[in-house]
Amino acid sequence: MIEFRSISKVFDDGTVAVDDFSLVIPSHQTTVLVGSSGCGKTTLLRMINRMVDASSGALEIDGENVADIEPVKLRRRIGYVMQNSGLLPHRRVIDNIATVPRLNGVPKKDAHARALELMDTVGLDRAMADRYPAQLSGGQQQRVGVARGLAVDPNILLMDEPFGAVDPSVRADLQQELLRLQRELGKTVVVVTHDIDEAFLLGDQVVILEKGAHIAQKGSPHEILANPASDFVASFIGADRGKRALSIQTIDGASVLVDSDGNVAGRLVESSPA
Amino acid sequence: MTWVLNNLDLILQLTLQHIRLSIVPIVLGFIIALPLGWVAYRYRLTRGLVLTLVGLLYTIPSLALFVILPPLLGIGFLSEANVLIALTIYAVAIMARSVAEALASVDQGVKQAATAMGYSGWGRFWTVDFPLAGPVLLAGLRVVAVSTVSLLTVGIVVGVQSLGYLFTNGFQRGIVEQVLAGVVMVVIIALLFDGLLVLLGRWLMPWTRVAKSAQRKAAVA
Repeated sequence: MIEFRSISKVFDDGTVAVDDFSLVIPSHQTTVLVGSSGCGKTTLLRMINRMVDASSGALEIDGENVADIEPVKLRRRIGYVMQNSGLLPHRRVIDNIATVPRLNGVPKKDAHARALELMDTVGLDRAMADRYPAQLSGGQQQRVGVARGLAVDPNILLMDEPFGAVDPSVRADLQQELLRLQRELGKTVVVVTHDIDEAFLLGDQVVILEKGAHIAQKGSPHEILANPASDFVASFIGADRGKRALSIQTIDGASVLVDSDGNVAGRLVESSPA
Repeated sequence: MTWVLNNLDLILQLTLQHIRLSIVPIVLGFIIALPLGWVAYRYRLTRGLVLTLVGLLYTIPSLALFVILPPLLGIGFLSEANVLIALTIYAVAIMARSVAEALASVDQGVKQAATAMGYSGWGRFWTVDFPLAGPVLLAGLRVVAVSTVSLLTVGIVVGVQSLGYLFTNGFQRGIVEQVLAGVVMVVIIALLFDGLLVLLGRWLMPWTRVAKSAQRKAAVA
């Protein structure tokens, strides 16, 4: 469990990135922090592994204040996946994945064996182990990034716009892959994104942020869609337009759902008891 | 060609001597420039100061340096050390700026990712920042190498033997062929050093070549 308690962050130039933010991130679930750029979501994420230190408030991981943990040690036990993969361009795929275990002193042979297993886990052909990142496609690089994040089998996996830089069809694949992985591994995953569709798809808990990391609403995707807490949330999730504003029209005696652009989204059927 | 054929031994001996003397300032210059360049890169306050001072060193004429250094350092006017230290100063003048630029050329995102992985400060410098600065460092080092090989000939005015001997001696005796032989050999050594550095770069930085070919493929596709 990760707990933010009245966290604030004021940068040196006086910008208030985070203003009195409190949140509990439950273990073994995916929490998505979503908001427009500049809302402080990435700053929040980086506080968890102390890439950024809070100006005030406390951040605890399983009851332990991160301020009491040496940053380098803390980071080596938390997986981190970022946009554009952040791979080391001078290291082969296998060495990139083995980075953190090697930092922790795991012998090269064991670290490489584990890296090969992880390539299977994230759906990468082992034949790519000896390539350099520049020789991979954007989607493959991102898979390597995820494998690297999982290399020390961390309890916590932080993902900063993990699929922001790949094209939409690849993004959809990677999102499904992450859902599959999460079903298997059950990590405490914290994702930052500006894409509300991605947030609803991946998140068990979705936290919608406004400027200064003020929580506009938090809850499951169902709760938020069913009951947007404010006009800001309604507009942010697009509840009143496009694919999300579905209306029922009757065509030839059947009920058909039509979105606000007039496109047919599907048929209305009685839901079978779950 | 008569002069050359009659003096092959002399040319060979001077060439080997020239190579031996050139290596010292190139290597020392690189080693000394590293911390200076790092300080210039790391602290914005010192950046202008360090780079300006180091740049000014390059404007001191070599003859003046040969005269200034011995009393300052207590070495002989006619010693090899006098010439080697002067050339090292020039190497540092060029290389310190290259080091600062090379370190600044490393992708910010990669550095942040490395920190997020749990690299500690110096560990990250030597295993991430430094190797990734390699291509720009190498470009600077190639300039230093060629410039040192060429500048070393001036050492002959204080009696330090190098291919420069062929210039002064050939000039005094009016043997154009001798002077030309010196010029050709200096150019050959410069090309040799440059070629070796390029090969060294390919060997130490295999990723730079795959990156280039990957870009080409992407451009074609």
